[in-house]
Amino acid sequence: MRRLIILGGGTAGTLVANKLRRAYPQSELHLTLIDVDDAHHYQPGYLFLPFGQLTSEQVVKPRRSFIPDGVTVELGGAERIDSAAKQVHLNDGRALPYDTLIIATGVQPRPEATDGGDGPEVGRSVHHFYTLEGAESLTKAIEGFDGGRLVIHITDMPIKCPVAPLEFTFLADSYFRDKRMRRKVDITYVTPLDGAFTKPVASRELADALSSRKIALETDFAIERIDNDAKEIVSYDDRHIPFDLLVTVPLNMGADIIARSGLGDDLNLVPCDQGTMQSLADPDIFVLGDAGTLQTSKAGSVAHFAVDIFMENFPSYLAGKPLPHKFDGHANCFIESGGGKGMLLDFNYKTQPYTGTFPLPVVGPMSLLKETRLNHWAKLAFRWVYWNMLIVGRPLPFTTNMSLVGKNVEADAPSSPPHSGRPTAKPGARRTKKKIKGPVDLLVDVLTTRPKRR
Amino acid sequence: MPITMIGDRPIEVNDEGFLTKPDQWDEQLGETLAGLIDMELTDEHKQVLSFLRHDFSERKETATLRRVANVGGFDMKELFRLFPGKPAKKMSWLAGLPKPKGCV
Repeated sequence: MRRLIILGGGTAGTLVANKLRRAYPQSELHLTLIDVDDAHHYQPGYLFLPFGQLTSEQVVKPRRSFIPDGVTVELGGAERIDSAAKQVHLNDGRALPYDTLIIATGVQPRPEATDGGDGPEVGRSVHHFYTLEGAESLTKAIEGFDGGRLVIHITDMPIKCPVAPLEFTFLADSYFRDKRMRRKVDITYVTPLDGAFTKPVASRELADALSSRKIALETDFAIERIDNDAKEIVSYDDRHIPFDLLVTVPLNMGADIIARSGLGDDLNLVPCDQGTMQSLADPDIFVLGDAGTLQTSKAGSVAHFAVDIFMENFPSYLAGKPLPHKFDGHANCFIESGGGKGMLLDFNYKTQPYTGTFPLPVVGPMSLLKETRLNHWAKLAFRWVYWNMLIVGRPLPFTTNMSLVGKNVEADAPSSPPHSGRPTAKPGARRTKKKIKGPVDLLVDVLTTRPKRR
Repeated sequence: MPITMIGDRPIEVNDEGFLTKPDQWDEQLGETLAGLIDMELTDEHKQVLSFLRHDFSERKETATLRRVANVGGFDMKELFRLFPGKPAKKMSWLAGLPKPKGCV
């Protein structure tokens, strides 16, 4: 009998436990799931707490109720993975041997990794919504906010749910409009990226959505510190952005057990194959969910699609054969844009998010990168889908691999800041032979465009 | 992959303009690239590029800015002074390496 340990009982861990238990009898596969507590958080829900659209009770449920019978559950946490001896050392001193290990420990926010991120203003004017406690504290701050400078800020990429800070921004705009105090709130969105999003077309559409709401966009901002005294964030190139309320997305890092076990990179992410999620260091370790180095969004939809590929490959893995199925990096994200509307992004490693439509059985085509009420309702419905279908491994009406059907594919171009109107070419500084700009010319334009400053 | 003339040499680049063959790079090409973005490479720049090249040869992956600071031992503020605006993209491009990952 093969012993398989799943380290982490969040979205990916719970889902793969359900799928494996359904696919293999206990006599063939012994399954153990390890986590540190019995609280399963619906993390996409954190975003809605500060605006009174969800309560804490609606985003937390017992882990055990989603883990099927026939899975041994250990909730005391683990201290270390010994991949050479194929053992997981639990915090209570026991060592559990495995034949296969699935790492699904996700990423967690590290406010203290930024200078000033654990300063005296934390919980007063400095907040984040990447944990339940953070979101609860921010709820009070938003309720009590009587106007001033609201700054939403991303520390560094990658972060889980890369659209969440934008959604927060849109929801804040909508919330203060509803309270008839939007004029008193100056909103700025600050990002380390060179546009509103990571990919060009989405970046353009989302930048439009920001500017139409009179939300300022500050790009290429690499934070050096949060100045708790002056109440401003300061970048390495010495830009200062003052705030009355800062909603920061702290650095996201993998779990400490990854570092203690020597399995991670400098962000404690486990290097893994982009197609099979197999650890690059050890073929008996797989990495599902946010814990690995997949070059796509850290998101529940990615976890879901990647688990499908893992399950398709698992029989070949057991037989010692090459893994035939390759994950394409498919991600599918709803973006709440406020005012009862939402947007939808659908993309993978190779194809950036485009505008167009997304075919969805029964519900009908959804609009991509466009604000519609249907996208909003889909996002709300997703919470029910999450608890009742997704993590327990029931089939969802999404194809694992991304489809181009309905998408308005645009010519690929390097991302450039949407506000870069001025020509950056300097006479004589570059080759002028080509009339049509090649990739190097376009990149030169990007590199010589100055970050947007206020 | 498109091939483009940089200086007087045919160089293979990807759709985003980053070099795809690290062994086509040498210091002279780095200086030519720097000229294209109105930069001049000093010894300080070259030390950073040298770390990036060395780290890439070991890990087959371009170091992120965080790694250049933490592992390479360079001061983050200095990196922003040396490669202003978009240091991560600039230094990897000047070193003839792929764009560092993380932007997804």
